[in-house]
Amino acid sequence: MFVLIFPGANDGSPGPDLPSWDVGSVHSVGRRRFLGYVLAGPTLVAAAELGAAPEAEAAVPSPDVTELVDLNDVLTAAALPTADLITVEVHPDGTVSFALPRAEVGQGITTSTAMLIAEELDVPLERVRVTLADARPELLFNQLTGASNTTVSTYVPIRVAAAVARGRLLRAAAIELGAAVTDLTLKAGVVTDLAGRSIGIGALAEKAAGLRTERVSVELKPREDFSVIGTPRGRIDALAAVTGRKKFTMDLDIPDARPTMVCRPPTINGTIGSVSNLDEVRAMPGVTDAVVISTGVAVRAETFGQCIDAVRALRVAWRAGTAEGQSDESVLEDLRAAELPLGLPPLTPSVEGKFTFHFRGNSALEPNCATADVRSDRAEIWASLKSPIVAQQTIAAKLGLPAHAVTVHVTEGGGSFGRKLFFDAALEAAEVSQKIRKPVKLMWHRADDCRQGRTHPMATSRVRVSYLGDTVLGYQQRHTSVATDFGHGLGEVFSALAARLPVGDIGFSETFFQLSQSMPYDFGAGIRLLSETNKGFNTGSMRNVYSPDAACARELVVDQVAARMGKDPFRFRRDFLRDERARAVLEKVAEAGEWGRTMPEGTAQGIAFHSEYHSVSAALVELDCRPETVDRPIRDGVAGPRVTKAVFAVDVGLAVNPRGLEAQMMGCVMDGIALALTSSLHLRDGHFLEASWDNYFYTRQWNTPPELRIIVMPTTTGEPGGAGELGVAASMAAVACAYGRATGTMPTRFPINHGTLSFTPKPTVPPVPPSPTDGLDHAH
Amino acid sequence: MPEHTFRLNGEQVTVEVADDVRLLWVLRDILGVTGPKYGCGINVCKACTSHLNGRAVNPCAIPVKDLEPTDEVTTIEGLPATVGAELHPMQQAWLDQDVAQCGYCQPGQIMAAVALVRRVAEEDREITEADLDGIRNVCRCGTYFRIREAIRAGAEKM
Repeated sequence: MFVLIFPGANDGSPGPDLPSWDVGSVHSVGRRRFLGYVLAGPTLVAAAELGAAPEAEAAVPSPDVTELVDLNDVLTAAALPTADLITVEVHPDGTVSFALPRAEVGQGITTSTAMLIAEELDVPLERVRVTLADARPELLFNQLTGASNTTVSTYVPIRVAAAVARGRLLRAAAIELGAAVTDLTLKAGVVTDLAGRSIGIGALAEKAAGLRTERVSVELKPREDFSVIGTPRGRIDALAAVTGRKKFTMDLDIPDARPTMVCRPPTINGTIGSVSNLDEVRAMPGVTDAVVISTGVAVRAETFGQCIDAVRALRVAWRAGTAEGQSDESVLEDLRAAELPLGLPPLTPSVEGKFTFHFRGNSALEPNCATADVRSDRAEIWASLKSPIVAQQTIAAKLGLPAHAVTVHVTEGGGSFGRKLFFDAALEAAEVSQKIRKPVKLMWHRADDCRQGRTHPMATSRVRVSYLGDTVLGYQQRHTSVATDFGHGLGEVFSALAARLPVGDIGFSETFFQLSQSMPYDFGAGIRLLSETNKGFNTGSMRNVYSPDAACARELVVDQVAARMGKDPFRFRRDFLRDERARAVLEKVAEAGEWGRTMPEGTAQGIAFHSEYHSVSAALVELDCRPETVDRPIRDGVAGPRVTKAVFAVDVGLAVNPRGLEAQMMGCVMDGIALALTSSLHLRDGHFLEASWDNYFYTRQWNTPPELRIIVMPTTTGEPGGAGELGVAASMAAVACAYGRATGTMPTRFPINHGTLSFTPKPTVPPVPPSPTDGLDHAH
Repeated sequence: MPEHTFRLNGEQVTVEVADDVRLLWVLRDILGVTGPKYGCGINVCKACTSHLNGRAVNPCAIPVKDLEPTDEVTTIEGLPATVGAELHPMQQAWLDQDVAQCGYCQPGQIMAAVALVRRVAEEDREITEADLDGIRNVCRCGTYFRIREAIRAGAEKM
């Protein structure tokens, strides 16, 4: 039973948060109550604890650990010891504000968060303003944006805070109107009584303010009453985006923060020996400073163009890096040496596959960047950061300042895909600003982002499926990968909880692997293991860590097993999927995508399934591998096989904003196409060859399916599952399976065009290319 | 320091800056016009796409000295004024289709789309799949499909 502390200003009317007709009586059946707070303040501030305890679930023995506890449960559970609050504030102008302790990088969480508040508080969506919270160290683990966890972990707490506010507004209105709370309705931000008299929430904001902090109990709106959650809504920042008014880090006007770039080494993590012309460069037009830092030579100038010229003019003697002399071939050797055995050969028939996944860049379109203003006793940082608390602590340590003296502002991000879990640019900006005692606006050149930025590690995945007749007896998978860097805070979350996980005493990466890999098929006994090698690279996640590769390997072998059994790939999957929601999305894409329709030779359909984060997804694609398509001319790009149609079905349990979810799945499909067909980094002699978007072939318009349909399934579980990264795995796998069926050969190396270098590599010294001068010749 | 003058979003502007500084940095770092974005600096990603006398150009590849005093530079900020409205029909189409995800590439995408529709109209024909395939602007969020839909819808209203 909850202990309730009642609001002091009791007007005598039974409000919805009063206990007389609640505790143990009328509302005790079927409704969950939650505790929230009213905070003391000049206007109404309602709050809730982030990471409220989930209801206990019975632990049913299962062959799959992800059914007991998956990554999101760990991230959500990690927040339990955290006692700090998130707050919904109602203002006298009738608006409602909320500072979200997460990073918005395009995934649409400011919009879905505003929807949660609009729903529970009954205010129009356009009156809810969601900003991004500065680093809040008191939130401990609970300010990390990753693993598609945002909505999962904030769905209840944000609504609780909004519900507290709603209750207080009704109580204040009851006093103003002289009516009983039960006779009042709050709709579209206006409270109306039975006589039709009304008062806006803006007029109530100060009257409803708390005199002291109080804890209150609230009930959340039942799902059947939802009018905002689950309805398709446009992004709240769309107008700012299309008018150019949306401010990203490099668009902020921070006094005296001048453009700054870094001259970087020719090989990965090379170190600086000496610079022979610092003074000469300092005298270049526009240049204000040039200074050696830990990662290279920083130059600050009046414009970024002049920074680029200065970086190119620097004469630097470099020392070896952390991947000196390494190449795709040598790393593949490392992986081979680190592979764990698949076990004894089975006595029954079996299918085996081994797949190679090359390095890929997780660069967003907005390059790594940050603004820093470091003074002797304090520092201020502006950057799009998914782990701002770890960033704050690390930057403070680097600067020799106490953490509380470092203010970290989280800005709107121009994409992330895993990149912004790290804060490489913020750390560099802080170092430069401290060294030259001036504010800096630091940005990486695109070439830097490709060559020294984070990559998705190269990996191999081996799969063995043993079967007899129509029964699959066992599934083995051994995933071997260049080490993934988890040094952004997610590691701390897991370390702190390691003892509580049902996976035994295993390392962090292995824990993550086990928690994020589902086995959706009824494939008998099986073991999936991860081994890692080679820590010489700057790695990170890339719209998921292991799943796209691991699922692609699994689904390709599933197609092979189906063929051996003489079964259709769709029917085989449907028959072996264990979960009803899983079968539903698979059947949906098969139906909507007309699975099995006759296709011309050289073209084929592919179908694949993936589940993760309590969500399920399926993809069906049609791929054209005919020579006239593959070889169609594209200037400075890769044509290759064309996905001519994609159908994707997703069930996240409850889609807060189906339109936003649809957008995320579209992006996932584009990522899946890129991973299967075109996008990779080529490692040669200690550096990556790619230095441009015309070298690194992320999906472009000429690779985009002209037909694309995303199907958001109706609400199933009623609780939101993860979504941001979910769709990449099934998309990549479906394209790979279609390629196998269209060409008659199962692909084993990804992306499939990796063996062909489709561009002329740019020099590594100087590290960035010159700015072109022929722009007027290309007007069109 | 040399002076350069040109028309920007309907107004004459004059800047004191070295001849070879590219227009992108004149706009962003000197004039504070931040709609055009940096994504590569070598005329590949097209995130800075703006208009010069109504044609799509990439300011990252134009030395400021190449501009004439009568040259009209239009960035995303000045696009609505070209049709005398709060929003250009292409911006409205973008809102209707909820195209933007992170939004970083979107000013460049919209400026490229408007130029494409104008070019196709001058050629007196409809937009084709090949026209859409030919757009080089990178969208790393992968919102390409909605971009295609929005261009078709926006073209109807232009």
